[in-house]
Amino acid sequence: MSSWPLLSLVTFLPLVGAGFILLVRGDEAVVARNARYVALWTSLITFVLSLFVWFGFETGTAAFQFVEKATWIESFGVSYHLGVDGISMPFVLLSTLLTPLCVLASWKMETRVKEYMIAFLVLETLMVGTFCALDFVVFYMFFEGVLIPMFLIIGIWGGPRRVYSAFKFFLFTLAGSILMLLAILAIYIDGGTTDIPTLIAEINLDRELQLWLWLAFFASFAVKIPMWPVHTWLPDAHVEAPTAGSVILAGVLLKMGGYGFLRFSLPMLPEATQFFTPLVFALSVVAIVYTSLVALVQTDMKKLIAYSSVAHMGFVTVGIFTLTQQGLEGAIFQMLSHGIVSAALFLVVGVVYDRLHTREIERYGGLASTMPRYALVFMVFMLASVGLPGTSGFVGEFLVIVGAFQVNTWVALLTASGMVLGAAYMLWLYRKTIFGALTKPDLKALGDLELREKLVFAPLVALAIFFGVYPKPLLDIMAPSVENLIESYELALKAAEAPSLALLLP
Amino acid sequence: MDVLIVFLPLVGAILAGFLGKLLGDRGAQVVTCGPLLIAAVLSVIVFFDVALGGNARVTELFTWIDSGSFELSWALRVDTLTAVMFCVVTIVSAIVHVYSVGYMAEDKSIPRFQAYLSLFTFFMLMLVSSDNLVQMFFGWEGVGLASYLLIGFWYEKPSANAAAIKAFLVNRVGDVGFALGIAGVFLLFGAVGYDQIFGAVPDQAETVVEVFGIEWHALTVLCLLLFLGAMGKSAQLGLHTWLPDAMEGPTPVSALIHAATMVTAGVFMVCRLSPIFEYAPDALTVVTIVGASTAFFAATVGLTQTDIKRVIAYSTCSQLGYMFFAAGVSAYSAAMFHLMTHAFFKALLFLGAGAVIHAMHHEQDMRNMGGLWRKIPVTYALMWIGSLALVGFGIPGLGIGFAGFYSKDMVLETAYAAHSAAGSYAYWLGIVAAFMTAFYSFRLLFLTFHGKTRADHHTFEHAHEAPRVMIWPLFVLAAGAVLAGAVFYGPFVGEGREAFWGESLLVLHDIIEEAHHVPFWVKALPMLVTLAGIALAWLMYVQSPGLAPKAASGLRPLYLFSFRKWYFDELYDRIFVRPAIYLGRGLWTTGDGAVIDGIGPNGVAAAARQIAQRASRLQSGYVYHYAFAMLIGVVVLVSWYLFSTL
Repeated sequence: MSSWPLLSLVTFLPLVGAGFILLVRGDEAVVARNARYVALWTSLITFVLSLFVWFGFETGTAAFQFVEKATWIESFGVSYHLGVDGISMPFVLLSTLLTPLCVLASWKMETRVKEYMIAFLVLETLMVGTFCALDFVVFYMFFEGVLIPMFLIIGIWGGPRRVYSAFKFFLFTLAGSILMLLAILAIYIDGGTTDIPTLIAEINLDRELQLWLWLAFFASFAVKIPMWPVHTWLPDAHVEAPTAGSVILAGVLLKMGGYGFLRFSLPMLPEATQFFTPLVFALSVVAIVYTSLVALVQTDMKKLIAYSSVAHMGFVTVGIFTLTQQGLEGAIFQMLSHGIVSAALFLVVGVVYDRLHTREIERYGGLASTMPRYALVFMVFMLASVGLPGTSGFVGEFLVIVGAFQVNTWVALLTASGMVLGAAYMLWLYRKTIFGALTKPDLKALGDLELREKLVFAPLVALAIFFGVYPKPLLDIMAPSVENLIESYELALKAAEAPSLALLLP
Repeated sequence: MDVLIVFLPLVGAILAGFLGKLLGDRGAQVVTCGPLLIAAVLSVIVFFDVALGGNARVTELFTWIDSGSFELSWALRVDTLTAVMFCVVTIVSAIVHVYSVGYMAEDKSIPRFQAYLSLFTFFMLMLVSSDNLVQMFFGWEGVGLASYLLIGFWYEKPSANAAAIKAFLVNRVGDVGFALGIAGVFLLFGAVGYDQIFGAVPDQAETVVEVFGIEWHALTVLCLLLFLGAMGKSAQLGLHTWLPDAMEGPTPVSALIHAATMVTAGVFMVCRLSPIFEYAPDALTVVTIVGASTAFFAATVGLTQTDIKRVIAYSTCSQLGYMFFAAGVSAYSAAMFHLMTHAFFKALLFLGAGAVIHAMHHEQDMRNMGGLWRKIPVTYALMWIGSLALVGFGIPGLGIGFAGFYSKDMVLETAYAAHSAAGSYAYWLGIVAAFMTAFYSFRLLFLTFHGKTRADHHTFEHAHEAPRVMIWPLFVLAAGAVLAGAVFYGPFVGEGREAFWGESLLVLHDIIEEAHHVPFWVKALPMLVTLAGIALAWLMYVQSPGLAPKAASGLRPLYLFSFRKWYFDELYDRIFVRPAIYLGRGLWTTGDGAVIDGIGPNGVAAAARQIAQRASRLQSGYVYHYAFAMLIGVVVLVSWYLFSTL
């Protein structure tokens, strides 16, 4: 398999599928049907291909694997460089897994089906590309490119306030990314290359510059994750986005911020990372407590889950900046778990939204009587979101707390308080929708999950429980890369201290 | 065999849960009761093998989490402590399963109920057989989940839903402490497996750490954090508020979860971690004080409650306090002894109350009962046995009595024998609580079964003995409530205790030995106050029933204080619940809406629009405006040119 450009295949196959859909002609209904099937099959094949990456991946090494490199713009030393390590590989799988589920979940979408499916396939290419890219220019193109299909998905297929939300989403993220572009240019000027592995290994910037660059990267990633106080685009975007849009947004797009910290801020700007850690801790802890409290009073199901996402991503940023093995692995695990669980929760909301076209929590109640299977699925994800042991949510959250406790007990305590608040709003949501007496007449007629919906949920339920009981495969994959990250971070800090000490000595 | 015991209930739960429709109600009952009965039999065999045969062991299943040096496996550790819990859990659970067949006969979701019960049992068995702290946490939260599901089993009832959420959340507060405790243990010992931790404790006995900005004795702070978890689960003072509300669940649930097994998990935890607690004397003092205060507090509240189940719930709370203060004075074996006997008689009382409620068509208020003993004599007799066991009836000196007599007296004696301030505090509060226990237990008996009935005619006439499937299990419990004390006194706290417990408990200073040699009055006093309590209850509720209302109005503030449960719920509502909602709303509208969005995107957008409007005003369309602007431009340019060349 090594001779195959596997990553390029996984990355660009969806684009080929999109091209196919573009070629489909004829009657609107026929086009729509064909577009659906092409999109489904393309994304399924992509997923199968990505499984080769999963099984071909060699654990136990921190090196980049499946590397492909070709010269692109020679005069600037830019090359088309792809590869994955233990940190990025699982995210590739997450993206390829969620896309077919999204296609399946939007099977009943009726407006502009062709364009919709194209948007999703393009989005998939860009997402996978972001996680595979090992060159700054390639990375930036993918990373920024993601905005475009997402902007369209929210702006065209969204709810009533879709235009406001789409612009808010776009401007927030763009404002951050422009600063990141400047930082990338600065790094290029200083390091003379845009090759990421080379930069990680060799770059050595002065402290002053590091601080500025760190802030520039931070502006972009903090918006993406999102961290408090630049999170307000998220609830709006989620509420207005169509179900599948929310799924990708929560499942993959948010993770790009965390991934950015892991790939750039930590290894390339170690001194600045150390300097700004308290800031990140402070913002994360505020995010956890603040957004959990806000989630508690929401009346819109999607908004509630959106705010819970912000709180959960607060765990992630705490974990990343503990720079301990447990904290980092917990953070990555939490991102992956959240990718599954929150994506599933948006799908869960989508199921009833499809039937009743409202997200008002008050409009529901007592669904357990008419939709027992739905209630069960909802419960699994509700519990995984709450971080019940035995679900994937627990492993990440718990490792983060273990990691945080080693660094700062206050941070650990406040982070852990998220466990209580998280349980409060999720249980409240579950109670209001699923439990209670079934009194509203239109709810009595609701049908339980149909086959298509079961197919969507089955893999997610299985994964949420499997990785809760047996997270070892994932942890094994990421362990060497994380170890390597911590080691080089500590080496860099030591190296930075040494010269300054040398100056002091006569 | 250990694996079978733990996983059989899970199999039952899965079968009944997922194939419930296929199996039908009877089928679901069979697939859940069957495995449980087998598990109970196996547990007894394991008990003989492990506890009496001294054959402790660990069965490793597979790796769970492996992150750097943070590694742990799913494993079953079976030693005496676990074997005892195995027996208690599976026997009571099997009985409750069978009892539920009768109690829930008219319910429309029988498979779901049976599945939840079995699921709970699985988690509980996981908890007691854990080999590391994280697996205990798994079981710990798992039983919390099962408890949540079962309390809210009748999900149409808003009160049941509220109680379920309350139980989960209050437990979570404790669990935060538990989780941080585990993190702390890992920080200090670099491991979370019991063997590694216990081996390293003596080396860390003097370590000091900085937690929350203060220097602490490391083991003390760890134990306190872990104990916070225990307080939540075992409903100790401060985190007890969920337990009485949990009575919204079906009565078999109250018997299984909220009396015999889950709520004792906290006590089990302290005993399991005795090798750490022993090196943290200050933490033990806290355990003692919290336990004793709870024993006293809950007893005072129990005096005035009118709901039959709530009285028993507060009594459970109070008895858990006894167990904790026993553990707090290092008498772990006495705590476990009381845990075991309590499981029998409290389950008996609850299931007996269930039979009463069943007879009365779901009436739970004792003010609407009375005179029932003629109608349901068997239940009446069983409730007598349960109550006598609870108040610890027996003859001091001769050493003959009900189960509670042996265990509760042992607990009180160890508290006295501790000869510490905390120990005396526990002893005296324990004595007062024993008096109140006797009073409220017999108040319950008299109000329910004696006197003229206050039930309406129809209900009273139709009151009937429960079906056999509900009564027979009670005989097993009644046998336990009578005999468990006498039979197990020797191995648990008597001569054979060291051989019996083996390495499962660590005691640095053998308090039990001293407890056997306390003065006679220490042993006799509990029985005396118990008799006094019974007499007072008889006086107030049988002899002259007018006395009770008189006392209530005479001591109105005290009565209300007790009746309103020391106003804990009101207090928490004011301090936590309402501010949280208020804050959330404020942060949402003001924080997110006005401040962040107002200054951020919306503010920027508004500003951009304003600037654009001003700029557009410049484009007036009049030629002379443009000409004027040009002229100014020329002037500025020329003058700049001139000045710069100068």
